Amino acid sequence: MSSRYAIPLLAALTLVILVVLGKLLPAWCVFLLVTAFAKGLAALGLVLIIRSGLLSFGQGLFYCAGGYGAGLFMLWGGVHDAALLVLAGGLVALVLGAVIAPLLAGYRSIFFATLTLALSMLAHGALTKADFLGGSDGLNLRPPSFIGFQPANSTESVYALYVFACILVVVFSLACRVHFNSVRGLLSLAVRDNEIRVEYLGSSVRRVISENFTAAAFLGGIGGALNAIAVAHIDPELAFWTTSGEFVFVAILSGYLSVAAVFASSIALEFIRSFSSQYFPNAWQMSLGIFMLASILFLPNGIGGLLQRRKKRMKGNKPA
Amino acid sequence: MSVVLEARNLNKSFGSVVAANDINVTVNRAERLGLIGTNGAGKTTFVNIVTGYIKPDSGAITLEGRDITACEPRVITKEGVCRSFQVPQLFLTLTTAQNLAVAIGIAQGQAFSPYATIDDAMAEAIDALLERFRLGDYRDQTVSELPGGVRKLIDIAVAVTRKPKVLLLDEPTSGVAAEQKFALMDIIMSALDSDVTVLFVEHDMDIVSRYAQRVLAFYDGRIIADDLPQAVLENQTVKMHITGTAG
Ligand SMILES: Nc1ncnc2c1ncn2[C@@H]1O[C@H](COP(=O)(O)OP(=O)(O)OP(=O)(O)O)[C@@H](O)[C@H]1O
Ligand SMILES: [Mg+2]
Repeated sequence: MSSRYAIPLLAALTLVILVVLGKLLPAWCVFLLVTAFAKGLAALGLVLIIRSGLLSFGQGLFYCAGGYGAGLFMLWGGVHDAALLVLAGGLVALVLGAVIAPLLAGYRSIFFATLTLALSMLAHGALTKADFLGGSDGLNLRPPSFIGFQPANSTESVYALYVFACILVVVFSLACRVHFNSVRGLLSLAVRDNEIRVEYLGSSVRRVISENFTAAAFLGGIGGALNAIAVAHIDPELAFWTTSGEFVFVAILSGYLSVAAVFASSIALEFIRSFSSQYFPNAWQMSLGIFMLASILFLPNGIGGLLQRRKKRMKGNKPA
Repeated sequence: MSVVLEARNLNKSFGSVVAANDINVTVNRAERLGLIGTNGAGKTTFVNIVTGYIKPDSGAITLEGRDITACEPRVITKEGVCRSFQVPQLFLTLTTAQNLAVAIGIAQGQAFSPYATIDDAMAEAIDALLERFRLGDYRDQTVSELPGGVRKLIDIAVAVTRKPKVLLLDEPTSGVAAEQKFALMDIIMSALDSDVTVLFVEHDMDIVSRYAQRVLAFYDGRIIADDLPQAVLENQTVKMHITGTAG
């Protein structure tokens, strides 16, 4: 099989497996996967930024922008179609990202991270004060429809949402995988490795960083919009630093090598949260901390590094 | 003979250190220039000024008559002045082929289309470049794992992907064992097109006499000699300050 079709085929197969799996799993689990997918999409955006050597502590800003974008499009625009809402959320975040990106592209390391954090906290503060947007309580949304299909009961609705989320995950994972393999994908890593050489080859480091940041904003917005229609609620907490922190956690746990690892990490985090808040309601942060420590100690390149190592070993074992 | 690069009255100080002191140079097309001088004489500073990394305190650089003094390195690179570095500047976590892919992608303008993969044409260009620089064995090795001499070659290989008019090589043979220097220079010089203007910084005078058509001798930020290699190497001031063979 030509490698050209290998990735799309794998994507299609994954989608089929996920859709079937959703029928077999209990509803609470399916719903948990939807939220994990929403966060995974935002974390996938963060991975794009990490690949160019920077860390954003403000990915929550775009998660929030996507959520409010979709939510207000529903409440004020009267649109209920999930695909349109998610697209609207993504676009709002994209525009916001495109405006901010050039301002941030001149900063590096801790300054970049702190600035992104500051901007998201600014948005959080502003939203808490914005009474017409529900203030700190936020706004409740109505259930979405899916290309004309209006789920009749909650089981149907969760499954429809899940299938929709799976499509988003597979489509954007595919896009990112192909992009990572592209020359432009390598250029991000090149910027991370050596900015001087990139400029001395005739390319603009600022442009690379701006583009990655904007694309990350778009993915953050898509994730935020998906989350908003899933939980049928938006509030300023989406831009709070703890939300951004979760994305950082997922991105670090997954590493920057594998797209699948991002969603695996996101799912792992959601399950840990769900179990520990059920069994150790007061120690959820501690379980998260232990989990994070263990992953940094034992998986320095994240889950993606683990997958990559296995792939390499399999390749190495092949006779020449 | 047409003039390709010109430096006029360049001055640059770092605090009390004068790194460029009234530098005047005219470089002709396809010339091979050797830049010599002791440590700290101002050779790298000269290369840095020409390529826009350092702005001179005064003076001007012109490329084919156009003033490029105020331009960013990126712009100067696009204008056709490319360089390698004393310490190779590469993408250490990428393989040799990936380093070249990035360089070729930028040079040919496809580096910014988000989904353009390394197609057959680019793979061919990469292989041709690897072949030219005898780097075939290192194709899929991560650059951080390669020895210094190989990195030097890759640093030059990525620099020529734009088919530069002027190529500046900062100590291409430093860090390489003495007996391998000639072999390395042979590879470099035969890999370059004959119409490229080359300025290379070099400490080894045997290398300079073999590969340079003309030599610039730097001392204390000044150019103390600018002539044919033999004439420069026999110059008394050069002997006293640089080659240390006066007597
Ligand atoms: N960015 C800088 N800041 C401060 N001083 C500098 C800077 N760059 C160069 N210098 C000083 O300018 C002088 C010339 O340095 P330069 O690097 O040009 O020397 P060089 O001829 O390349 O020497 P070498 O053979 O050691 O590479 C030195 O005294 C150096 O310390
Ligand atoms: Mg030097």
